[in-house]
Amino acid sequence: MPQLNFADFPPQLVWLAISFLVLYVAMAKIAVPRIAEVLESRQDRIARDLDEAKRLSEESDKAKADYEAALEEARAKAHGMVTELKASIAKEQDASRVELEAKLAAKSAEAEKSIAAAKDEALSNVRQIAGVAAKATVSKLVTIDLADTDVDAAIEASAKGRV
Amino acid sequence: MAEGQSPLAQFEIKRLVELNAGGLDVSFTNSSLFMVIAVAAITLFLTWSMRGRAMVPGRMQSMAELSYEFIANMLKENVGSEGRKYFPFIFSVFMFVLFCNLIGMIPYSFTVTSHIIVTFGLAALVFVTVTLVGIFRHGFKFLSFFVPSGVPAILLVILIPIEIISYFVRPISLSVRLFANMLAGHTLMKVFGAFVIALSWWGGWLPLAFISALTGLEFLVAFLQAYVFAILSCLYLNDAIHLHH
Amino acid sequence: MEVEAAKMIGAGLATIALAGVGLGLGNIFGSYISGSLRNPAAAPKVFGNVLLAFALTEAVALFALVIAFLILFA
Repeated sequence: MPQLNFADFPPQLVWLAISFLVLYVAMAKIAVPRIAEVLESRQDRIARDLDEAKRLSEESDKAKADYEAALEEARAKAHGMVTELKASIAKEQDASRVELEAKLAAKSAEAEKSIAAAKDEALSNVRQIAGVAAKATVSKLVTIDLADTDVDAAIEASAKGRV
Repeated sequence: MAEGQSPLAQFEIKRLVELNAGGLDVSFTNSSLFMVIAVAAITLFLTWSMRGRAMVPGRMQSMAELSYEFIANMLKENVGSEGRKYFPFIFSVFMFVLFCNLIGMIPYSFTVTSHIIVTFGLAALVFVTVTLVGIFRHGFKFLSFFVPSGVPAILLVILIPIEIISYFVRPISLSVRLFANMLAGHTLMKVFGAFVIALSWWGGWLPLAFISALTGLEFLVAFLQAYVFAILSCLYLNDAIHLHH
Repeated sequence: MEVEAAKMIGAGLATIALAGVGLGLGNIFGSYISGSLRNPAAAPKVFGNVLLAFALTEAVALFALVIAFLILFA
């Protein structure tokens, strides 16, 4: 077996030591730092991009919240305006209603007064006619001429007794 | 079988440049050549692919980053945040084993990790590093690692030697696992390759189909063994840092 | 007994270890399949562990192979 030829051991060991030492130095001083640097800068870049994305998303969240707050405010304002308007309309309506009612009440009172006057007039007319009729009837029946005052007194009395 | 056609002939060490340093044979062999190729390939792959430092990685850069993150996650899951500073070491071990395995899959190339002395060298390096980490972190308390907690004193007499043996067997099992996988895979491919030749065009198709499937399996094994080597190194490191079983 | 023949027998005996490895591999994949049928959602998460266990178990088979090689060629 060539592997067990002891004469071949020293050169292999010596060259293994030399080449491995060279390799180790090349790795430790050149290759590994270079790869690590690239990987780190990429990591940094990714982290930075992620931060930026987070910041932007927070910003957009904030903008959205602002927009919603503004919307809410406008809605509240509109609502307030509507209620105010409603209240003022109701107040106006109330006022006009009260005025109308007062007017109507005054009119009806006036009307009642004129009706009462008419009634009184009618009633006095009725008395007069009744007096004339009574005087004529009495004169026809007993042929006496009654004085107007007596007739009126009698009618008044009968009207009082009836009422 | 003639020596040239032996399934083990592919593991032969050939001295390309004879060198001698103070009586020590440091010849540049084919094994050394492929180690240098692997190191150059790893360094080129990782630096050339990252030259753009692009924010959005291309194909090669993704592969480089993937290998980095693969080991980084392995270290994080198995060792935790203290393992961070041993990352270049584990990463080098993983890449070295992986590239040696993969380069060995190229026909007519040489598989560095199919030599027990190379894998043992690597495993011993991991073992020594891990042990030194444990001693520097915990000092004398590191020895408590060999004393299982919650065990009657009588049993400790048996258990402590077992713990110590199992600790010192680690570099052996680590190196033999990688070495045996590479040796077996490449030997098997060579054996079936010889069958294809021996049965020629009328009977060679079956071993050819088998060898194709085997090549796929060997690529999986090449990756898997590098992964196993790295993850076991992580587990040993975890033991040394946290001192519990 | 001739040393050559003893080596061959020894290498053959070394492959008995494959019985245990076969049991182990069957157990790994059998458990994985039955587990992933019970809870398919968790299956991808343990697949890495399955491969790791496969590699570790396969290594045991290869230890036996190394022993056989050592007997035959060393």
